[in-house]
This record gives sequence, C-alpha cells and structure tokens, in this order.
Amino acid sequence: MEAMSMGTFIWTTLGAFLTLCIFSFLYQDNPFYKLAEHLVVGVSAGYFVIILWHNGLQPNLFDRLNDGNWYLLWLDSSKPWYMIPAILGVMMWTRFSRKWSWISRWPIALYMGIATGVAVPLEMKNRVNVQLYSTMKDIEWGSFLGNGLLDGGSGLAELIIFLGTVSALFYFFFSKEHTGVFKGVARFGIWILMIGFGASFGYTVMGRISLFVQRIQYLGDWTKVAWDDVSSGAFIVFWFIVITIFGILAFYEIIRFVNKRGTQA
Amino acid sequence: MNIFDRMMSLDRRWVFLILALVCVITYVWPFSIPIRTTHEVESIYNYVDTLKENDIIFLGIDYDPNALAELHPMAYAIAEHAFRKKLRIIFVTLSQNGPGMADQAIRDLTDSLRQDKVYNGVEYKGRDLVNGVDYVFLGYKPYPGLVILGMGQNFRIPFPTDYYGTPLDSLPLMKGVLNYDQVKCVIDLAAGNVADMWVVYGAGRYNVPLALGMTGVMGADYYPYLNSGQVFGLMGGLLGAAQYEKLSDNSGPAIDGMRIQLYAHIIIILFILMGNIGFLMSRREKRV
Repeated sequence: MEAMSMGTFIWTTLGAFLTLCIFSFLYQDNPFYKLAEHLVVGVSAGYFVIILWHNGLQPNLFDRLNDGNWYLLWLDSSKPWYMIPAILGVMMWTRFSRKWSWISRWPIALYMGIATGVAVPLEMKNRVNVQLYSTMKDIEWGSFLGNGLLDGGSGLAELIIFLGTVSALFYFFFSKEHTGVFKGVARFGIWILMIGFGASFGYTVMGRISLFVQRIQYLGDWTKVAWDDVSSGAFIVFWFIVITIFGILAFYEIIRFVNKRGTQA
Repeated sequence: MNIFDRMMSLDRRWVFLILALVCVITYVWPFSIPIRTTHEVESIYNYVDTLKENDIIFLGIDYDPNALAELHPMAYAIAEHAFRKKLRIIFVTLSQNGPGMADQAIRDLTDSLRQDKVYNGVEYKGRDLVNGVDYVFLGYKPYPGLVILGMGQNFRIPFPTDYYGTPLDSLPLMKGVLNYDQVKCVIDLAAGNVADMWVVYGAGRYNVPLALGMTGVMGADYYPYLNSGQVFGLMGGLLGAAQYEKLSDNSGPAIDGMRIQLYAHIIIILFILMGNIGFLMSRREKRV
C-alpha cells in the first residue's frame, strides 16, 4: 500500500474495523457482528441493483427503445420488438398476485425452453461424451517411462482413472448385492470417493485460510500505512476505539458469566 | 474427565485463537518457503509466455470480493506477465460484483506497469497502459452462459460499448476483433459456476483454448476437464496463484500468504490428529 489521503485512510479504516467486527463472531454472536453482516447484505443488494440497471436494463432495453419522441412513449422506437422481452419481464411480476400468477408461467416456459434447447446438446457433448471418452481413452504404456508415475499420459494414471470411475459408479449400483468380487469393487470405489472428498477438503481448508490470510495482510498493510504515512495519532485513536468496544463486550460477558454462576448456585 | 475427554470437548474458540495467533506471528516474522510448481500452472505460464507481442488474451474476472483473497493475486500475476510481454488483454466480468474487482486490478496494474522491473533476468521498461490500446474492459452483463455464447458470435452483441461507455468499434484494440477467433486464449478466473459455462459454452462450442483459475474449494472438481483436454491449464486457490507468481518471478501476496498457509495447515493437522486420538482413546476406554 502506498501513501494515501486522509479520505482513503478513513475508508480503509472502516474496512479494518468491519473486518474486526466480523471476526468477533468467532467468539460469539454480538451486535457488532450483526451490524457488519447487515451492512454487507445491504450494500451488496444495493450495489447489485445499480449494476443490473446500468449494465442490463438500461443499455439492453430502455436505451434501445428510447430513440423516438417521448410523447409517443416507445411506439415510434426504431426497435419496437424490444417491447416483447419488456412485456415478458413485466409478466414475471404477476407472481405476486394469486389471481394472475398463472401469467408468469408463459415467460418462464419460454425461458426454460430456450435455455434447455441451448444447453442440452452442449452439456451432453462437453460434460458427458468428452468426459466418457477421456475416461476410456487408449492407455499409452509407451509414455510410462518418460513421465512421473501418476502424471497424465503415464498409463498408470489413465488406468487408475478408469478403474476408479467404474468402481465408484459401482458403489451406487444397488441392483446387485455387494458380495464377493462386487464387494471388493464397491470397497475400492468408496476408497476412491474418499480420496476425492479428501482432496476437496484439503483445498477447502486452504481456501478458507487464504481468506483469513488476506484479511491479515490487509490489516498489516493498513497498520503500516496508518502509522508511517497518515498519522500515528489517528492510528492510536482507532485502536483505542476498537479496544474500548471489545473491552465493553468482554466486560459484559464477564458480568453475564458471573450472574449465570450466581443463578446456578 | 480425563485428558482424552478434554481433547474431545475442547472449546472451538481455543482453536480459532491459536490459529489466529499462528497466522499473525508468521505474517509478522518474515521468512520464505519453497514453492514447487505443477504442470497445470506451468502450462498457463508457458502458453502466455510464448505468445507474440500484440497478441490478445481474454481474461475473465468472474469473482466477487468474497473470493478476492485467492483470485486477485492470480489476476495481477497473469495480467502483469502479459502486459510486460506487450500482449493486449480484453477483460470481462460475468459476476455481479466483478466490475469493482476488474476496475481495481486495472488501476493497480496501470500503476505497477509504470515502473521499470526485472523478471526472470529480463529488464522491462515502465510504460503507461492505455485504455482501448493495451486493454479493453468490456464490463458486466448478467446471464453468463448467454453472454459467452453471444461473444462467440461477436463481442458487440452483448457489449456494444465497453465498461466506460465507449463504443467498441471506436477502440483501436477492437479493430478487426470480432469474436474468440481473434483471441489467443481465454483465462477465466472464477469463483462459481461461470467456469463450467466457459468449459461448455466457450471452449465446448467455439473451441477457444481455455485455462481456469479458481478458488480452492472448487479446485479438485475441475481436474477432469484438464485430463480430458477441455482446459489446457488449471490454477487452484492461493497455491495456484503463488506458483504463477514464482514462475513469472513476480513475488506478491500469494507467495507471501503461502508461508502463513504452511503453519496454519500444520496447526489444523495437529488439531485433527488430537481430535482423532481423543475419539479413538475414549472409545477404547468405553469398550474396556
């Protein structure tokens, strides 16, 4: 972070304060967490409405209709056919009326029909056919020596993928009792699934820690800039406020704990 | 209550406190750890590195601030690498809070590119990035699948103007650039199912070379696409970003974060072991 103005400092300080408010939930739910949580939800919703207006409705609908005389509304627009999606969009709003909600089924049906028509062939090709082919492609044992043991193209990797896919699918095949050889195949399948879940879990832990690391980096950078570039006085005032707030919370917790003990006694 | 029962009933807030302390201490204490690069990240780096001057790459900033920690370092590392190689970039975002992310990245990269820097022994002179010449930011449009399909026909269908309201035809970079045929690859940094849509509707429909950068949570789910050749490279989470930073010799927040990750993971593994030992021993005692 480079030297910043007082205005930027105030906003980044607000960010630092809200970060601490959110982290305070790790101890327990409290009004500061609630404040930050509601702020996030409210700001996100408000921001999204504006983004949707400026990037969706305005350029794609209203600007295209709004090229005629205002007193003729959109009747003399050069692209009057844009009224069709506009009407379809308005029809969706009939969901709020019990009496007229059936009208909303028409735009939904149209949307679903188009989406399904576009999606089915491409989804089938790319998620089913290509994946099936890549699971069963020829094993090139010749490249086994050149690569790492489990690298793609080593032969062994392809074999594991094939056997793993078949046995994992077999684990969910209940028309045949899992006994004898089938039990062994299903057991291998569950091991493959567990390895997959383990990899996902490991990645998830890394992802969650990354979020925390980024916040630490943000607070660390903010601390350096606040102390060196802006004002050590402002920095001290900020921490004084934070410590006071969390001190009051801690005091409140201690009082609550003592009262609870007293009631139990 | 014996020690194993105590291990089992440890208040989770102690775990949070210890983890936070470890992370803060490792952040304050500067040291470096080795980063081993993997084939899937090297593929992306090598692909970008071998492109010629003025080639165009397409960078999807398809994430919101909640994935900033993992995907922002990827965006910075890839874009800086590309800009230093004098490639041109078309930015787009198909995530609703993405415009702010892309706008911030472009501003920071513009500042960074002004400085002379040496990467992998090659000196790169500082220069000013010019909007419309070195990069174009198309902005955001809802319904990612339809936007991806629309861009495959013509970028001007979903985006008649760029994010700043300039018609695409008046931007020098977009002259003669109609659709994916004129871009060398799409690198999508995604924190949701936009990545799937790029695989199905982008690479699957228009055969554009595609690489993915994604959050750690999504990472393991996308390896089948790598194996099938539907994507030519994959970066998962902060580790993927750190690998790209290492390959491009541009140490940033990802490499800095990995040393904190290391000790955080050790602590988590220790707590998992502790919980399991407590569980197994208390079960054994109950059986006896």
